Amino acid sequence: MAALLGVMELCWGDVGLLLAMPRQGLGNAAIAAVANDEQLTRFGRTWAAMAITEPGCGSDSAAIRTTAVKDGDHYILNGEKIFVTSGERADSVVVWASLDKRLGRAAIKSFVVEKGTPGMTVTRLEKKLGIKASDTASISFSDCRVPAANLLGNAEIDVQKGFAGVMETFDNTRPLVAGMAVGVARAALERASELLSKAGCRFDYAKPLLSVSHAEATLYRLEAEWEAARLLTLKAAWMADNKLPNSKEASIAKAKAGRVASEVTLKCVELAGALGYGEDELLEKWARDSKILDIFEGTQQIQLLIVARRVLGKSSGELK
Amino acid sequence: MVVDVQGQALSVLSKLAQADWPDRLKVRKSFEKLVYSGSRASFRLAAGRAASKPREACPAAGDLFDLSLTDEQQMLVDMLQGFALDVLRPAAHEADAQARVPAALINQAHELSLAHYGVGEAQGGLAGERTVLSNALIAESLAQGDFSLAAALLVPLSAANCIRRWGTAEQQAAWLPAFVAEERAPVFALAVNEPGVLADPAQPATRARKRGKHYLLDGEKTLVIAGLEASRLVVSAQAGDGPALFVVDAASKGVSRRAEPCMGLKACGLARIQLKGVKVPSDCRLAGKGFDFKAFLDLGALAFCALAVGTGQAALGFVMTYCNERQAFGEPISHRQGVAFMVADIAIELDAMRLLTWRACARAEAGLPFRREAYLARLLCAEKAMKIGSDAVQLLGGHGFTQEPPVERWYRDLRSVAVLAGGLHL
Repeated sequence: MAALLGVMELCWGDVGLLLAMPRQGLGNAAIAAVANDEQLTRFGRTWAAMAITEPGCGSDSAAIRTTAVKDGDHYILNGEKIFVTSGERADSVVVWASLDKRLGRAAIKSFVVEKGTPGMTVTRLEKKLGIKASDTASISFSDCRVPAANLLGNAEIDVQKGFAGVMETFDNTRPLVAGMAVGVARAALERASELLSKAGCRFDYAKPLLSVSHAEATLYRLEAEWEAARLLTLKAAWMADNKLPNSKEASIAKAKAGRVASEVTLKCVELAGALGYGEDELLEKWARDSKILDIFEGTQQIQLLIVARRVLGKSSGELK
Repeated sequence: MVVDVQGQALSVLSKLAQADWPDRLKVRKSFEKLVYSGSRASFRLAAGRAASKPREACPAAGDLFDLSLTDEQQMLVDMLQGFALDVLRPAAHEADAQARVPAALINQAHELSLAHYGVGEAQGGLAGERTVLSNALIAESLAQGDFSLAAALLVPLSAANCIRRWGTAEQQAAWLPAFVAEERAPVFALAVNEPGVLADPAQPATRARKRGKHYLLDGEKTLVIAGLEASRLVVSAQAGDGPALFVVDAASKGVSRRAEPCMGLKACGLARIQLKGVKVPSDCRLAGKGFDFKAFLDLGALAFCALAVGTGQAALGFVMTYCNERQAFGEPISHRQGVAFMVADIAIELDAMRLLTWRACARAEAGLPFRREAYLARLLCAEKAMKIGSDAVQLLGGHGFTQEPPVERWYRDLRSVAVLAGGLHL
C-alpha cells in the first residue's frame, strides 16, 4: 500500500520519470519475490530490469524462445529480448529463458544477468508514443555465460507447479501499474478541470447530470470512472498487505485503471480543445504516456482473460 | 439503557427464532446457526456500548483504508442474504406479475424487524452512531433476492432513518416508537420525485406556503414507493426559507393518490400523488438540528446505489451459472472470449459500484463531507447498473428476453437507478 501511494503521486508528476527511477521496476520485484537468501544478499541492492517480451511473443510469455543450456557451473543464454524498461541503465537484467522448450512453461526460469556480461548486447529503443524519459532497450544474447547461482528460485523443472512461481510476481506488481494509471489520469483530470473552470464550468456536484453542461457532465463521468479505478487499485493492494489472495483483484485493478487512464487522458485533450492538443499543455503528453499502462504488465485483454477465468472457474485450457 | 439495547437485540432475534417461515422453507437449521451467532454478536455489541466510550470519528491512521466488515455487519449480511435468496428470490416473479408484495412476505419481513435499525436507542431501537454503511449493507443484501421487494421492505427503515436524522426530539418521540412496536411498523412513504422532465429534486416544484400555524402544500409527486398503502407521506416541498420535509397524513383533504404502473419496480407499489392545498400543521415539518436537505437527497440516492449493487451481484451469479451450463458448438459458451469478457466486465464494474457506494456511506457516517462521493457513486451506479442489466439479458440470448429467467425483470428494475431520487433513505 505504501509503495502504491508513492507510485500514484509520482505518476501524477510523470510516468516516464518514475519508470526511469532506479530499483522501481519489475526486475527488483522478481528478485524480492523469488530469490533465495544468498541471492538476496548479492542482488538485494542491485538495480534490475526485467526482460520477458521477445519479438515473437508478448502476452504469451510461455512461448518464449530464449534458451538456457547448463554447461558446468554456468548456463549459456541465447535469444532476443525487446521492450526492456531501463534495460540500458540498470545494473543487471532478470531474463526469462527456457531450460527445455519441449516442456513448456514449467521449464521457464529467470536468470540475473549482470551488465557487461560477454555475449550480451544492449540497444536503446528511441522512438515511442510516450514515456520517452524512460529508456526502453532491446537486448540480444549470443552464447552469454551466466553463473548457475544466478538462476532465481528452484532449478528443477516441476511440471506440476509450472508457471505459478514466475507469475506470482504479477499479483504484486499489477496494482502498482494500476496505480501509475491512476496517478497520470488524476493529473489530466485536474488540469482539464482547471481549464474548464476558467471557461465557466462549475464543478460543485450540485445539479443533476442531465442539467449541467456537456463538458461538466463529461468530466463528472470521467471522475467517477477514475474514482472507481482508484478504489479498485487500493483494494488490490490492501488485500496484498493483509495476505489475502488477490490475483483476481490485481487483474481487475489493472484492467480498470489501464482503460480508464486512456479514456480519461484522451478525453481531457478533447475537453480542452486545441489547447489540449498542443504541446504547450501537458495534456497531450499524458494522453500519449498513459497508453502503455493498458499494455505492459499484461494487456487489457490478458487481464480480462484472468478475471473471466477466475469468475467463471475456468482453466487456461478451457477459456483461451 | 444497556439492558434495553440487549433486550431489543434479543427480542429481534427471538422473533426470528419463533417465526414459522424458516420451517416452511426448510432453512431452519441455517437460521438457528445465524440466530445463535447473531445473539453472540449482539451481546458483544451491547457490551461494547456498555463501556459507553464515544466511537472514534476516524479510524487509526494505519487503517485509513479497511474493507473488512465488523462482526455485527457480517452477521446482518449473512442473515439477510439468506433471507433474500431463500425467501425473496422465489417470491419475486409472482410479486412482479401481481404488482404487490405478498401478504405472507410482509409478515416475514416484520419478523426481521428491519425498522429497528433506523430507530435510536432512546426510542427502543438499535441505531447507534454509525448506521449508514450498515443500512447500505442491508439494502445490498436484500436486493440480491429482488430489487423491487427489497425496496418495498426498506420503506419502514427508510422512514425511521429520516425521522431520526431530520426530526426534532419531540418529533422522534412522537413517531419513532411505532416503528419498534409489536405490531407491524406504520407505512410512511417518502414522496420526493416529481414528474417534470429535467426536474431537480434539490429544487422541488411542490410549494409549501405558511398560513398561521399551518403550511399549505401544493404539487405533484411521482414514483412514490408504497405510496398507496402509506398512512403518512414524507413530502419534500419548497418553503419560504428553502426546501423542507413535511410529514403529511395521507388521509388529509387535498391528497389524491393513484397507482402508477412503470417499466419495473412493480412489486413495490409505485404511486402518483397529488397535493392540492393540503393543510399540514407547522409541527409536522421536520425541523431537527442540522437539517440538511442535500444530505437527505444524497442518502436517498445511496440507497438506490446499494440496491443496484445487490441486484448486480444477483445478475452476475445468474449469468455465471448460465454461461457455464449453456452449450453451443460443443462447449460451454463461457469458453468464448466474447461471452467471458462480458462476464468479466460485469464483475469489474460491480466491484467498482460497491466500492464507490461504500466509500460515500463511510464518509457520511463519519460525519465527513460526502456530496462529491455520493454524486459520483450515483453517476457510476446509474450507468453501470443498466449496462449490467442489459448485458445479463444479452448473455442469455432469446431466453433472456422471456420472463422465465429473472434477468428481464432485473433489466427493467435497474433502469430505475438513474431515474429515482428519494423514496428510500439510508
